[in-house]
Amino acid sequence: MSLIESTATELLGQLQSGRTTAVEIAAACLKQIDRHDAKIKAFLRVDRDGALARAAEIDARRKAGKPVGRLGGLPVAVKDLLCTKGQRTTCGSRMLENFRPPYDATVIAKLRAADAVLIGRTNMDEFAMGGSNENSAFGLTHNPWDLTRIPGGSSGGAAASLAASMVPLSVGSDTGGSVRQPAGFCGVLGMKPTYGRVSRYGLVAFASSLDQIGPLGRSAEDIALLLEVIAGGDPLDSTSVDRPVPKYTESIARPLENLRIGLVREHFGEGLDAEVEAAVREATRVYQSLGATVSELSMPHGKYAVATYYIIAPCEASSNLARYDGAHYGHRTDEKAMAVELAAQRKALQQTGDSRKLEALDNPLIRMYRRTRAEGFGAEVKRRIMIGTYALSAGYYDAYYLKALKVRRLIRQDYDRAFEQVDLIAGPVAPTPAFEIGEKVDDPLAMYLLDLYTASANLAGIAGMSIPCGLSTGGLPIGLQLQAPPFEEERLLRAAHMFQQATDWHTRRPELS
Amino acid sequence: MSISREEVEKVSLLGRLLLGPGELEKMTSQMGQILDYMHLLSEVDTENVEPMAHALDLTNVLRDDTPGVSLPRDEALAAAPHRDDECFLVPAVLGDP
Repeated sequence: MSLIESTATELLGQLQSGRTTAVEIAAACLKQIDRHDAKIKAFLRVDRDGALARAAEIDARRKAGKPVGRLGGLPVAVKDLLCTKGQRTTCGSRMLENFRPPYDATVIAKLRAADAVLIGRTNMDEFAMGGSNENSAFGLTHNPWDLTRIPGGSSGGAAASLAASMVPLSVGSDTGGSVRQPAGFCGVLGMKPTYGRVSRYGLVAFASSLDQIGPLGRSAEDIALLLEVIAGGDPLDSTSVDRPVPKYTESIARPLENLRIGLVREHFGEGLDAEVEAAVREATRVYQSLGATVSELSMPHGKYAVATYYIIAPCEASSNLARYDGAHYGHRTDEKAMAVELAAQRKALQQTGDSRKLEALDNPLIRMYRRTRAEGFGAEVKRRIMIGTYALSAGYYDAYYLKALKVRRLIRQDYDRAFEQVDLIAGPVAPTPAFEIGEKVDDPLAMYLLDLYTASANLAGIAGMSIPCGLSTGGLPIGLQLQAPPFEEERLLRAAHMFQQATDWHTRRPELS
Repeated sequence: MSISREEVEKVSLLGRLLLGPGELEKMTSQMGQILDYMHLLSEVDTENVEPMAHALDLTNVLRDDTPGVSLPRDEALAAAPHRDDECFLVPAVLGDP
């Protein structure tokens, strides 16, 4: 098997035995990117020289018999929202087009310490808001399985980079399904760890009570490897949880005995594509053949997940994104043009004698904020700021935000009850396979409804994972979602590995022209 | 429609956004649609349900009160669009325009 087709775990074995070098792997990945990324556009930027220099340095250390980190020279792609000192971190936004953070995110620091080769930055929906990558300010990413389709989002570039064999490992983030859904659409694996399992320090914030950084890869073993490196408590993130990180890579090959899998009755209703349902049901039969018992259960509040999520996430976003004020960093409007505009508006109002409007005219500081943000943010980000600002404003807080927080509790209680009966919940990742580019751009609500099966895991703070489990008749990947109680990532990984020992969906790759 | 154009305009000021006439029109219709959908939640009985702002039972995390290294001022100012040696600069807030 060629270097680019191998899993990270296989490559690590080859590196350790001296059959290949980090430079050879990085060069093979760069070559694949050169060949195919003009069409797929998974990457916003590729650090060719930096990657090769880093790989050579790790090779030299290994050759000299000196210690080498856990990822020992493996290339890793990073979603463009993890702060990286001195290097552009755009979040897919004009607002941060030229932003160079003054520090490293904890996950970036951990990747460096583990001797990962940071090969490039992947495309994403602006500020991680979206499920198709169509909200990136820097262009579309195409699904490697069908270039006319979206790769999913918001970690669309991360999933596409793996599906197109450009890298063995990728890091994304998941606020309402943003790792699991693109992984499902691109036929790779992706995990949203338990809230608090991975430090969010240096992750550009979208919705702080929901955001979680997660690994993407092409095998369960690879996800285990990457999670082991990035997980752990962090004094710089007070919401990270300080408990030991299990050796996921050591336990992964141990099958789960007497595994109880639950199917949520409400997941198999209206709107679920027949082929997706068939693939998910077939996957549960695979688990049955491996000794698992499968039962149905009800999670009555699941149908409220989208409404709950699309109140809470925009509320948190409107607050988090208040920091983009044109004063501290990021885009700032042209002040001269702004002064001219304001003067003209003032003059016009003075002439018409509209004293009420004249009184309400923005002062220059407010107008600087407003123009800066109007220019720097795209349509979806503006929509979410507006919804969040509205839902938090006087008179509406109780009806929207507080109500959503209460339903959130009920969704969590559904999970707590479900996990008394079963060890894992299995179901679809998304209602359909990847859709056509442009299909839903003018219908934000239709786009939101795609998060029906994924958003509840973020609301509840539990762990979830997406695993390839089939292909549609149109040749598009279908994902199986597994969900586990908080801090049971090990259970997810062992279950995913069991499935991959019995099936080969995770080894399928698109034909790239 | 659950939100008016005037309300949308007011919210755009609160959110420090500036929407052009076309954008305002579209935003009003899209927000109306989205907020209508949110009313689905009104059928849920949330009497006596504690709101859940966070997935974890958060507790204060304290560190020893010993000074550490902070971001040097020059680095903190480095990405500012408009600055002098010590401060972020913004348009004048006080006085007549």
